[in-house]
Amino acid sequence: MIKDIPRYLVNFVVLITLQILIFNNIQLGGFINPYVYILFILILPFDIPKWFLLFIGFFLGITIDLFSNTLGMHSSACVFMAFLRPFILKIIAPREGYESETYPTVSYYGINWFLKYSLLLIFAHHTFLFFVEVFRFSDFFSTLLRIILSTIFSFFLIVVAQYFYRKQKRR
Amino acid sequence: MRSLLDFILRIHFLVLFLLIETFSIILLINNNNFQHAGVVNMSRQLSGRYYTRVSNIRQYLSLEEENNKLIEENTRLLNLLESTNKSNEVIYGNVLDTVLNQQYSYISAQIVNNSVNKKHNFLTLNKGLLHGIRPEMAVVSKDGVVGIVKGVSANYSTVISLLNLEYKISAKIKKNNYFGSLSWDGKNYRYATLNEIPLHADIQIGDTIITSGFSSIYPEGIIIGYINDFEEKTGSFYEIKIDLSVDFKNIRNVYVVSNLLQAEQNKIEEQIQ
Repeated sequence: MIKDIPRYLVNFVVLITLQILIFNNIQLGGFINPYVYILFILILPFDIPKWFLLFIGFFLGITIDLFSNTLGMHSSACVFMAFLRPFILKIIAPREGYESETYPTVSYYGINWFLKYSLLLIFAHHTFLFFVEVFRFSDFFSTLLRIILSTIFSFFLIVVAQYFYRKQKRR
Repeated sequence: MRSLLDFILRIHFLVLFLLIETFSIILLINNNNFQHAGVVNMSRQLSGRYYTRVSNIRQYLSLEEENNKLIEENTRLLNLLESTNKSNEVIYGNVLDTVLNQQYSYISAQIVNNSVNKKHNFLTLNKGLLHGIRPEMAVVSKDGVVGIVKGVSANYSTVISLLNLEYKISAKIKKNNYFGSLSWDGKNYRYATLNEIPLHADIQIGDTIITSGFSSIYPEGIIIGYINDFEEKTGSFYEIKIDLSVDFKNIRNVYVVSNLLQAEQNKIEEQIQ
């Protein structure tokens, strides 16, 4: 656990930087925004305390908020996502459970498991984020379309990032 | 107490989540104008709906009182209506001029009662003593002579109409200044009769008849009517039928003419007699 801290700190800084400098500026078709930084919450260790998870989520979100001038928007979405993570993990757990000394990544549990895991959480995060952003339910279906398209795009980038990650680890 | 603590411990994750989430949302609402406006709007709608319900219920409870208030209000407004009230507005036309000495002053008035079908017709005007109207003032409309003020109260005055058997007015033919006495025969409100015009006067149908200005009442030159027909009477006078220029059936706005020098003229005339 302790030995992971420097690595996660680097992850944190790199993901925040990428999100702010690159992904925040990508707007496909005017309404598809990828949010790759939530990868940080996805790859946190299994045995992290739940309360700590919430604080990490809040801290991650508010960092993004501070840089994109949307105080509270990303932090609330990230806290929501962090809250859901333990339940999702429990639902899609493999039959033999999660082994110790492993991380929720493609390299440990395979692409199929990671697809389910990340898609659910990314969708939850994006749903929360986009609805908080428009702040009303009247344009429900156009918001839903944005959510689905952005989810797919973020998901694609996150999976690609996973493969970078794996190579890095094996080296 | 202990079981409560246990319970809180058991759901600490949920409680913590709700706390942090609430904090985030508060941050969001306080720092982002769009979301802030949305929340304010929503809460206003909710409170608006609530207050509407409450006031709907309250309205029924105070319905009788409200009705009474409305009745009072209606009465008050009806009293304010123009038709209920007299207009006290008076337009005076006094001119300060040292070269011309103003002799006549006009006061506008409206006819509130009128008749044409009696032998002694009177008009009532909506102006009286308060507005400067006195007996013996002339009443004219834009078309011509109407009558003479007889009685005045504070707010009203009665006018002897030209259509009155006892009323005579000094009139003259405009083109040659032959003057005579004009009166009404009590038959048709469109016509009056001009007497005492000598036979040698040159008159034609259509000649204009105006006031002579001999009395201290009427200014000179106000139109009375036009010659409709004339015939010789026994003696040396014509009897001329005059087409009155004022249609007494539809006059409404009139002017009361005040002769500022009337008292002076009457005084000097009395001295002679």
